[in-house]
Amino acid sequence: MTAAAVVVALIQLALFIFLAPVLVGVIHQVRARMEGRVGAGIWQPWREVRKLLAKNPVHAEGSSWVLTIGPIALLLSSLLLCVLLPLVGTLSLPFLPSDLFVIVSVMLVGVVALALVGLDSGTAFGGMGSSRHMTVAALVEPTVLLAIYALSIPVGTSTLSKIVETRLHTPAVIISPVSVLAMVALAIAIMAETGRLPVDNPSTHLELTMLHEAMALEASGRDLAWLEVGSWLKLTVLLGLLSNLAAPWGVLTDFTIWSVLIGIVAMTVKILLLGTLLSVGEVFMAKVRLFRVPELLAGSFVLAFLAVTASYLVA
Amino acid sequence: MTALGLGLMAQLGLTLATIIVAFSVPARARSLASGISCALTSTAGALTGALALAGWHGSLSIPFALSADPVELAPTQLGGLFMLMASIVGILVSVYGIGYAHGATASPMSWAALAVFLVGMQLVPAAADAVSFLLMWEVMALGSTVLLLTEHFRRHEVNSAVVWYSAMSQVSFLLILAGFAVLATSAGSTSFAEMRILESDSWAAGIALVLLVLGFGSKAGLVPLNVWLPRAHPEAPSHISAAMSAAMVSMGVYGVLLACVQLLPAGPPWWGALIMVLGGVSAVYGIVQASVNSHLKVLLAHSTTENMGLVFLAIGASVLLRAYHAETTADATLLAALLLTLSHALFKTTLFLGAGAIQHATGEINLDRLGGLLKRMPWTAASFGVAALAAAALPVTSGFVAEWTLLQSLIHGSGIEGTPVAVALVVAMPLGVAVVALTAGVALLTFVKAFGIAFLARPRSAEAAAAAEVPASMRIALVFGALGILAVGILPGPIAEALASTVPANRSPTVRTVGAGGISIPGIGVLLDPATLVVLAALLLVPTLIIVRLNSRRHPIRVSALPWGGGGSRARPRMQYTATSYAEPLVRVFDDVLKPTRDVQVTHLGESRYLIERLQVNQRVTDVIETRLYRPVLNGAQRFGKLARHAQNGSIHRYLTYSFVTLLIVLVVVAL
Amino acid sequence: MSAKSLTRLIVRTGRIAETAPPAPTRAAGAERFHGSVNVRYISAGGCSDCALEVASALGPVYDVERYGIRLVASPRHADVLLITGAVTHNLLEPLRRTIEATPEPRFIIAVGDCAIDGGVTRDGYGVVGPVSSIVDVDLTVPGAPPKPEQIVEALRRMTGR
Repeated sequence: MTAAAVVVALIQLALFIFLAPVLVGVIHQVRARMEGRVGAGIWQPWREVRKLLAKNPVHAEGSSWVLTIGPIALLLSSLLLCVLLPLVGTLSLPFLPSDLFVIVSVMLVGVVALALVGLDSGTAFGGMGSSRHMTVAALVEPTVLLAIYALSIPVGTSTLSKIVETRLHTPAVIISPVSVLAMVALAIAIMAETGRLPVDNPSTHLELTMLHEAMALEASGRDLAWLEVGSWLKLTVLLGLLSNLAAPWGVLTDFTIWSVLIGIVAMTVKILLLGTLLSVGEVFMAKVRLFRVPELLAGSFVLAFLAVTASYLVA
Repeated sequence: MTALGLGLMAQLGLTLATIIVAFSVPARARSLASGISCALTSTAGALTGALALAGWHGSLSIPFALSADPVELAPTQLGGLFMLMASIVGILVSVYGIGYAHGATASPMSWAALAVFLVGMQLVPAAADAVSFLLMWEVMALGSTVLLLTEHFRRHEVNSAVVWYSAMSQVSFLLILAGFAVLATSAGSTSFAEMRILESDSWAAGIALVLLVLGFGSKAGLVPLNVWLPRAHPEAPSHISAAMSAAMVSMGVYGVLLACVQLLPAGPPWWGALIMVLGGVSAVYGIVQASVNSHLKVLLAHSTTENMGLVFLAIGASVLLRAYHAETTADATLLAALLLTLSHALFKTTLFLGAGAIQHATGEINLDRLGGLLKRMPWTAASFGVAALAAAALPVTSGFVAEWTLLQSLIHGSGIEGTPVAVALVVAMPLGVAVVALTAGVALLTFVKAFGIAFLARPRSAEAAAAAEVPASMRIALVFGALGILAVGILPGPIAEALASTVPANRSPTVRTVGAGGISIPGIGVLLDPATLVVLAALLLVPTLIIVRLNSRRHPIRVSALPWGGGGSRARPRMQYTATSYAEPLVRVFDDVLKPTRDVQVTHLGESRYLIERLQVNQRVTDVIETRLYRPVLNGAQRFGKLARHAQNGSIHRYLTYSFVTLLIVLVVVAL
Repeated sequence: MSAKSLTRLIVRTGRIAETAPPAPTRAAGAERFHGSVNVRYISAGGCSDCALEVASALGPVYDVERYGIRLVASPRHADVLLITGAVTHNLLEPLRRTIEATPEPRFIIAVGDCAIDGGVTRDGYGVVGPVSSIVDVDLTVPGAPPKPEQIVEALRRMTGR
């Protein structure tokens, strides 16, 4: 059982490290085609990573080791999420259940690392990005916790792998109103947390409109590579979680060669599909004004709270 | 004489020794000698507490002239735990004080008062009856008031802080006294063992609980009786702030636990709801105020309110769950409250000691004038960083374990194992989770701000640029505080078991150790093993670091003179983000709670209406509770005082009339 | 614009980008970019004609993004510095800072006659000199202003696509 869980963890790690740049490539490609352009192809982010690792980083005088260690910490937190979450399979490592609060805290380690990198840059841009990013993170955390709490009530436990397994075995739970409310709230929270529209425009060049990109303005070379890959991994992993909660079919629950292959293929298809939908949705959306973002997040919080109270009264 | 009795006596004896040492040793060696002596007092307290926690019994009776009964000190397991916590803080604070004390803080009175304060704090949990408890409580309050006055020659804000502190301290004392009086009259005795017989459903019990909760809550810093906390804690010397904020507020928690768990168990649901509401409001209000404050010590003081709010939320949830017979989750929530108190004691001490180190090294305590201290003060930065991680409840720290326990017990708070799903629980538990999550999120921002602005980027003032690392004794205290946080965070299992043993569990043990020192709560079916998580992180880190190393060989870092700030010619460290600007989005989000005021004064150039010579902006965040609750009450009291002055106008004739009338009334009453 | 009308617009417009001309040979030293190049644009002076041509080159008609070329917000992220206009006094220091902030390996491309040898602004009182007087230029795109196709071709020599 432990050996099987370790193998599944390694598969998840390898698959997601490979898929993260591909997902971002797919998102950019779909957007390009919809905008009438040709696009650079889905392998462009991989080329970008290769190139970044071939550059000599530049550090400003007076910056500290946070600029080197911070990106690695972000990458590490994303790698931990890859291993801990039920993505390809629901087998957990010994003494490491995919517990709700552990997952959120590991994700927040990455958030804090990125914020500190932004502050250490010593410029107004970095501080601004850091401040906005942490404000959004502060307002998103209640929604995420409540949404997964709502999903955990019908199952009786807050372990994500058990939640996914229950939804796999009793699909009626997925379309229950409580589950739909919780998923909508979770989706909005994930969009805010990973810096997608309408909260943040990932391809903006105007510093005053940046939330997350402003923190990376000072990073170069491999530091920038870790920041980029870490963020892409976080997006991929969270989309994978979302797709597993919405459509858990294909997730492996017992370890056979067929189920592993099906799990890999299913996860890849689900993520790329969700990424395409995300990209198409973003073409129709504009970025919301920064001081309206708390209203949006408060709305998603209300949805999550309704989901929790409803699940008690219905169940 | 039992071992515990010896330990208690040793604490009192060592306190006396410290006072003698403080007044007799010459100034050069005074701090070292007094500090060591204080540390020994606290070590005795720690040993006594540990023994009591392990289940040993013993007592000490001190004959005391004023009251009829002697002072009884007989710590229970819960008392032993809190004595241990207070003593650990005491050891760290005393060691730190050796290097930190200078000027007024190193005077004989100051060191003597510290000894008295520490022993008062350590003996409050040992008291076996109400009178001894109140006596030790007042000793603690007296010691802290004297210590608060240490710097009143240098800063006049200290005087105002002391007045607020003493007044609120006496208010809380009166409330506690009244609560104990109600219980004592119903039970017929002041001993805690005999006060338990009171029926929890009676109105007397309800009144007693409300009085005790308000009194102890005021000491712990709950809204609305917390106005003294952000005024008093920053004005004390830093190691005193640490002791007050980490250990003294824990005594408030001990008092409420005494009331809810030992004296008045099995109360009706409204008790739990009341405590939860007080706790929840304090938590949110405290952290919102902390997040927008730029004075590091005021920020930490508000954070104490937040953490105490969370502790009270947990205690309230426990009482509420027990009222609905959800025993396993009630025990788990109580364990969460104890873990939160322990974790808070450790990280708040380290944070305040770190703030003191910053003040010692730079002379500044306002975050807007700090910066770049990471390279200049590496030990302080590392310890402060670990403590900030704990305050933000991030992994491998004690704060993470405590908040995990709280969240898990709230999430599983109802609907498990056939316990009834009551409407009150259905509303209270999700609200509790929402409050905990919101405070966790805002706490994250607060401590990223505190650590990032103070230690990262470039220095924002010349004082910060000239900072140097602090002396050895301060560093030792900081490092041991951080190590304590990490120890609880990585090996929570055994520690949680020790904590759970202080509260009797109704069925199987509340918590067990699993894996590599991990914590498991079998009643709910959850487990957390931080050590395994660390191992996993290390396994993932090794290949990453190999790749980084290989890459850094082929592509070395080039150092450039300036950070990229747009290429402009006037980029300076003062243009970096400050703590005020960092929190500005949050001020906007919570402007209904914070009610910020902004005042803009424009001086035009000569006669022109368009050219501006000077622009002055003043922005302030007010304390809503102070302006809406305290000011009206204080104004009313002042008006009443003015009215009363008419009756006291100094005329001897009027006073003679008062005596004559009183005599007449007494004669009439006696005759009737 | 409503979702329905936007969808109709997307469907009806189809592809805007013109067919790509054959790929030029990659410049020596540009193979280190592995086919992905980030460009930082600087207007050092001049009359902004070249700036408009660069804006057109980066637009959807010529679509340089399909060749792996992208505009970025910070020189720390950049591989290629695209400079137009002769260097003026006010922009001398910021230009130097931008170049110093760009990590190696980096390429400097001077676009337009003003950037290459001063052009019509050669002896102006506000002009310090052409870009080559500040820093070694790796690639030039002559013209006053050069056509967008020429700018695209110069950029394509960075990725070889």
